[in-house]
Amino acid sequence: MNWADASAGWSWNPVTDLQQIWAFPFMVNAFRAGTVVAVLAAVMGWFMVLRRQSFAGHTLAVVSFPGAAFATLLGIGAGFGYFAFCVGGALVIAAIPRAGQGGSGQESALTGTVQAFLLACGFLFVALYKGFLGGVNSLLFGSFLGITTLQVAVLTIVAAAALGALTVIGRPLLFASVDENVATGRGVPVRALSVVFLVLLGTATAEASQITGTLLVFALLVMPAAAAQQLTARPALSLALSVLIALAVTWTGLIAAYYSPYPIGFYVTTFAFSVYVLARATRALNTAVGRHRFAGAGAGAGAGAVA
Amino acid sequence: MSAFTHPYFVHALLAGTAIALAAGLVGYFLVLRAQVFTGDALSHVAFTGALAALALGYDLRLGLFAATVLFAVLLGALGRRSRTDDVAIGSVFSWILGLGVFFLTLYTTSRNTGNGTAGVNVLFGSIFGLSSSQAELAAVVAGFICLAVLAIARPLLFASVDEAVAAARRVPVRLLGIAFLILVGACAAEAAQAVGSLLLLGLLAAPAGAAARLTDRPYHALALSAGLAVAEMWAGLALSYYVPQLPPSFAIMAVATAVYAVALIGVRRPRARPGLAEA
Amino acid sequence: MSTVKPVTRPGDPVRYRVPGQAAEPRFPVVSLRGAGVRVGDRTLWSGVELDVGAGEFVAVLGPNGVGKSTLVKMLLGILPPAAGEVRVLGEAPGRAGQRIGYLPQRRSFDASLRIRGIDIVRLGLDGDRWGVPLPVPARFSARRRAARDRIAEVVELVGASAYAHRPIGECSGGEQQRLLIAQALVRDPELLLLDEPLDSLDLSHQGAVAALIGRICREAGVSVVMVAHDVNPILPWLDRVVYIAEGGAVAGRPQEVITTETLSRLYGVPVEVLRTSDGRLVVVGQPEAPAVHTDRHAEGGKP
Repeated sequence: MNWADASAGWSWNPVTDLQQIWAFPFMVNAFRAGTVVAVLAAVMGWFMVLRRQSFAGHTLAVVSFPGAAFATLLGIGAGFGYFAFCVGGALVIAAIPRAGQGGSGQESALTGTVQAFLLACGFLFVALYKGFLGGVNSLLFGSFLGITTLQVAVLTIVAAAALGALTVIGRPLLFASVDENVATGRGVPVRALSVVFLVLLGTATAEASQITGTLLVFALLVMPAAAAQQLTARPALSLALSVLIALAVTWTGLIAAYYSPYPIGFYVTTFAFSVYVLARATRALNTAVGRHRFAGAGAGAGAGAVA
Repeated sequence: MSAFTHPYFVHALLAGTAIALAAGLVGYFLVLRAQVFTGDALSHVAFTGALAALALGYDLRLGLFAATVLFAVLLGALGRRSRTDDVAIGSVFSWILGLGVFFLTLYTTSRNTGNGTAGVNVLFGSIFGLSSSQAELAAVVAGFICLAVLAIARPLLFASVDEAVAAARRVPVRLLGIAFLILVGACAAEAAQAVGSLLLLGLLAAPAGAAARLTDRPYHALALSAGLAVAEMWAGLALSYYVPQLPPSFAIMAVATAVYAVALIGVRRPRARPGLAEA
Repeated sequence: MSTVKPVTRPGDPVRYRVPGQAAEPRFPVVSLRGAGVRVGDRTLWSGVELDVGAGEFVAVLGPNGVGKSTLVKMLLGILPPAAGEVRVLGEAPGRAGQRIGYLPQRRSFDASLRIRGIDIVRLGLDGDRWGVPLPVPARFSARRRAARDRIAEVVELVGASAYAHRPIGECSGGEQQRLLIAQALVRDPELLLLDEPLDSLDLSHQGAVAALIGRICREAGVSVVMVAHDVNPILPWLDRVVYIAEGGAVAGRPQEVITTETLSRLYGVPVEVLRTSDGRLVVVGQPEAPAVHTDRHAEGGKP
């Protein structure tokens, strides 16, 4: 019955379809918020993937759940909880030098425990706030319903501020991310940059969590950037590509979620993951063709490519 | 002790004890082999598997075990190389969770059970909701996991700390790795019934991390890890019973985290010589 | 010098071999006849002839990536020989695993690994048995007593008693290497296969560990096949060296193989072997030359 609704609603004419969708103010707000979040998450995610800090991003996303749940419990907007806990979490990760990394054995046991404990705390807050159990799913897996114009404004201002800050530190940050030692030698304040970046990442995670939910932030934060970096090695191009992919994924996700009963988190992750898989396949194909072409170059090169 | 007059508490205690024992044993090797990320992976898979089973009309536990064990076999077949690329892994897990959400919606919309809390129960567990038969089955399965871990413990230890030498000694390193992952998968499915798929990582990692911190004798650490897990389970269940506002999975995680924190902070270990620890 | 006439163009078999300077061994612990090995579709080396007698110390030398570790893996039976005949302790490779002590090439243990050195040694003794050791007090179990005594004995032999009860992650590289040698020795092997045991050790530890291996070889009569990067730390103890180049190899006594003529012929490019005033060998011009240290190694560790 749901599919019947969907096929009746979707006319294959994008213009009328979009007009139809945008006739609803909540969908307009959803598109605005999704666009803002996609741009911010793609840019921050691009640096995060470059700096190999996706584990930190994951941890920050986990922090956002108790944050939102706690804010809801206190009766203030969940948005405040997201920002406060994510930025706080970023500062903690920055203070403990190796806290955000997977590492081996003992370290990952610690991280795993902390993550589980944070999620348990979120669950506690939810349980203490009776009658909120249905809301858990939207906190964890995202929702685009009921985004107010005020929320869009807050998201936009925070995103603009974060992107502005990133523009200022972008070039040295790129330098420090690619070649930390040389950057240190040139007098780039590597440590300070890392702290600032983590805070910016915290805000990006907080924003992305509000669209995709705590557990699916990778869809906007990591996958577009990872796909873009598979496709090109040129920084500016891959940054732009990353933003494009994030936007495309968010918009198609919103449209699909509007026309079907399934939640946006599912569509956004599925679309983003498809793009990522395609990007990897493209690159693997290119490499294979390249290897075939240079097959005669020497056995040593072949062995190197296998390793 | 009025708690024991309530059947739900007795069931929870029975299942919880066995599950904690298995989680403690499996967790020690998980930490030793630096495969904690596998627990993370399995928590995602467990969620999706359970909800897929529910959506398709099967028992939740069938989905849990099928998904985690299948995934463990897959992980074992792919080998160790697969853990290097955390971006790829994170993306896959994220997508698997997305699928889980799909099944959750399918379940709540297509079956008019009105059971909107199914997702929450899978994510965060409902140990006080176990029936007598569920608890008994969980305990029996956990018992088998414990026996299996003990049976392979020594060669697994060898293969974990010293893979090349173990392989040269004809220890079936690869087979052991796969067998262990299957045990981890089964244990994750068990733990998901107790503390939920999102928190099972904590039950696997916290007692083991604390035990590895407290002793440097491998077999003592193995026993300590199992003992701590059981004690934490008991303390958590009791806490949740006497303070009904606390959900049991939170209480268990809180106790486990507290014990780990004490082990980390309270036990000062001698620093490695400068220059070695950072190597 | 004239006793060695290696036919050593890469790819050609090595037909000449020199008997050990000791009496001809009764049976060779390791014997390779025209052995070759392939990894994927690439032949690393072929036509290698080598005999290692009981109690001999043999070094396997050559530049990086030439297949030195592969030789060890072949002797262990992990990798099948592509050609020729290989016998280890009179059997096919892999059959005599219980009588071989193996020290793989490795990076050191993770600094956070909380397992004592003595546990690592013990795994060498019983690590391949199923189940967990039963917590029976040693005074009730003769086997446990025997195991404990044997572990204490090898730990003492390698001089690691002082730190064997510390977590191995907190031991230095040299200490870890000694414990691992103890692990390789704990089953009383007839053959030790050591893959770059001196790698990643600083100079003084290199000398000490080399001396330890030399002493074990001499005193316990254990044959040693050791892959090495630099011949100098082990030169005083060596009976024989095998130099591997891309394709072929040459075996013989060190002073006969490590010469300008032999190595030039082996690599097909001019290679010069210089001898410093203190007897150290420096190889110049070898393709992908291994690190050859020009300073003295420490004398402290010698027995």
